[in-house]
Amino acid sequence: MKPKFKRTYFAFPYALLCVLFVVVPLIIMLVFACTDFEGNFTLNNFGYFFTESETQIVLLKSVGTALLATVICFLLAYPLAYILASSPFNKTAILVMLFIIPMWINSLLRIYATRTFFEMIGIERGYLAVVIGLVYDFLPFMLLPIYTSLNNMDKSFLEASYDLGANPITSFLKVTFPLSMPGVVSGILMVFMPAISTIGITEMLGNKDVYLFGNLINDYLGEFYTWNIGAAYSFIMLILIAVSMLVANRFGDKESNVRGGTI
Amino acid sequence: MRSKTAKTISWVFIAIMLVFTYLPIIILIIFSFAPESKAIGNWAKITWSFDLYAQLFSSQEILTAILNTFILALSSSLLATILGTVGAVGIQQLGKKSKMLVNGMSQITVINADIVTGAAFMLFFTLFPTGFNGFPALIISHTIISMPYVLLSVMPRLTQLNPNLYEAGLDLGAKPMRTLMTVIMPQLIPGMISGFGLAFTLSLDDYVISKFINGNVQTISTLIYSATKKGIPPVWRAVSSLMFIVVLIILIFINVKGKKKEKGGLL
Repeated sequence: MKPKFKRTYFAFPYALLCVLFVVVPLIIMLVFACTDFEGNFTLNNFGYFFTESETQIVLLKSVGTALLATVICFLLAYPLAYILASSPFNKTAILVMLFIIPMWINSLLRIYATRTFFEMIGIERGYLAVVIGLVYDFLPFMLLPIYTSLNNMDKSFLEASYDLGANPITSFLKVTFPLSMPGVVSGILMVFMPAISTIGITEMLGNKDVYLFGNLINDYLGEFYTWNIGAAYSFIMLILIAVSMLVANRFGDKESNVRGGTI
Repeated sequence: MRSKTAKTISWVFIAIMLVFTYLPIIILIIFSFAPESKAIGNWAKITWSFDLYAQLFSSQEILTAILNTFILALSSSLLATILGTVGAVGIQQLGKKSKMLVNGMSQITVINADIVTGAAFMLFFTLFPTGFNGFPALIISHTIISMPYVLLSVMPRLTQLNPNLYEAGLDLGAKPMRTLMTVIMPQLIPGMISGFGLAFTLSLDDYVISKFINGNVQTISTLIYSATKKGIPPVWRAVSSLMFIVVLIILIFINVKGKKKEKGGLL
């Protein structure tokens, strides 16, 4: 008799590919990070990070820049999402769609468009251009999750708050904003994470003075005799991302983060 | 009165943000008809022409890159759609622990920074024979990074399905495979379409991972990235404009298709 077919068998190819091409490469990277050029075990590659203050400054600058871009994105996207989710503007999805469309356009080409635009209006390449570029590139990723959570909010909570005598500002602070937190958290993640590791935006819009952690890793990986250091720094980046993820999960509900990531 | 002012302010804000979003793209499209690189900013001196488009269509390098980009995007997103959908059907049936394990592994690349994923792929592929970098490495890596997105767009549909559907198929005498293909799969098509769309744009978008493992194969993204340091020639204005239009058409197509099948397509 033939063995009984089970639907769980269908999970095998997927799981196998994940192990082979996600987990194994990360292990290989760890091996590179913990060995020197000759292949001997060493922790020096990580050591460089802690002994070279320049590297730490680059990382701090990256975190600062990513935070700045995230804050600006939030300040622009929240009111926009709030307006778009409010009744007079929410009759059709077209307005929201207009803001989301750029997400689907090649980001490097969009940054190139910004570069051309900056050249035209006379914004010099440098730190300011990079920050505007980050905001420009990642704004839709902040807008969409916030809009989604505001739009899916049960409006009767707000009515209840008015009925109980709260004014609009109190209602917003005590009801609307807390209910939109999952969207805010996943928006912050979706801007902060790519912003902290960007290489294209700094290279397209920055000058020599704008050098962030992504560029550092990229440069180390560019030369094969510094691969080991590049691998170690990639791990530091990975840890940084994991930590931000854990911090964010403490604030937002887990499920909505995952969902926010899909759209 | 107050709400009227609020409405006006809202409209102004929306308008400003729309301009902020689209002005650079529109400017780029307009200047794709202005061949001189220096003319930007000085409208009077511009001689409008299709020169940049002519350059584009006579540049073997760019045409090959465009072709490569679409071959790569199409093959990797097809593979990702098949693997992700089949995976979703299996993963949904797994026990709680193994489900968490597989989901966890599949989320790694979604959460991880592209440069770290790229670094891991690059170092991993050094173990493969030379010549592996290029299309094989690109197709594998793009399939792997897109699979989770297909999984995530198919899974909600799958969990909403009536669990008795599968049993009903079996009871009526269909073999498991036939039941899956004729009863379950058709229900998943909207999720598969949006998963495919996500995978496709993800592949089009990527340069960070690709540039580590592309060997001699150039895509549009890796080509413009490698030109960044030397200064990007004006012909890229035409390339970008063309890409914007193509993506727009794909988006409209997918949304119209998705809307017909189910309310709320891709966006």
